Amino acid sequence: MPSYLLIETRDPFDSSCFIQHCELAAALVRDGGKVTLFLLENGVLGARSTARLPQLEKLNRLGVPVLADEFALRERGISGAEIVDQVKAVPLSTLVDELATGAKALWN
Amino acid sequence: MVPAKSLTFLLMDAPYEQTRTATAFRLLDAALRLGFGVRVFAYEGAVSLASTLQKPHANAIHGRSLEEEDHPTPHVWISALVQLAQERGAQFEWVNCGLCVDERGVTEVVSGVRRGSPADFWKMASESDNTLVIPTR
Repeated sequence: MPSYLLIETRDPFDSSCFIQHCELAAALVRDGGKVTLFLLENGVLGARSTARLPQLEKLNRLGVPVLADEFALRERGISGAEIVDQVKAVPLSTLVDELATGAKALWN
Repeated sequence: MVPAKSLTFLLMDAPYEQTRTATAFRLLDAALRLGFGVRVFAYEGAVSLASTLQKPHANAIHGRSLEEEDHPTPHVWISALVQLAQERGAQFEWVNCGLCVDERGVTEVVSGVRRGSPADFWKMASESDNTLVIPTR
């Protein structure tokens, strides 16, 4: 099974790329791939419960782990209590570990 | 003994412009601390990250001295990564694209950085367990 690591750095309210990346993740899963979505930099803004992004719920239903960089969350004043259940806050070393699995990585 | 895994990173952004540069350095540091060999190919503006001509400065607007400002210089970060790799016995390789260097006149770089070509990137990627391209926009 091909595996993919999608890295999203853009604010979902600043660029449609965030949503397109979520759609790409869903399409890859439907094609039989294993996908992890990692939110970095302004991408973590999409993790706030107040962002209300249905795309993250959809990815959750498809079994796509959505991870968010703890540092980027802290940097933006977003506490763990403010992020949606579908997103797990992790250290950046987790991204390195994901890379080491050999997953095809795509930075956006 | 099983050889350590290695990761290749391609950087494109010039210093002092994008958050991506700081994120990239965080990734390189994390990879070395996890025991991975790290290879970096610096392309386009990223070749200037290694320039020793970068200079920290004071901040007159905020009334901070050179020491108080403690302005970061990416070439110092690269040197710190070189040292970290040495301390841990890990592989660390940094190659600057030669044409990009010539275009920008980045002739004075920190120790541990060498000149190469995109063929080096292909070789690095071929020999590594994975590659992450951090593109500019």
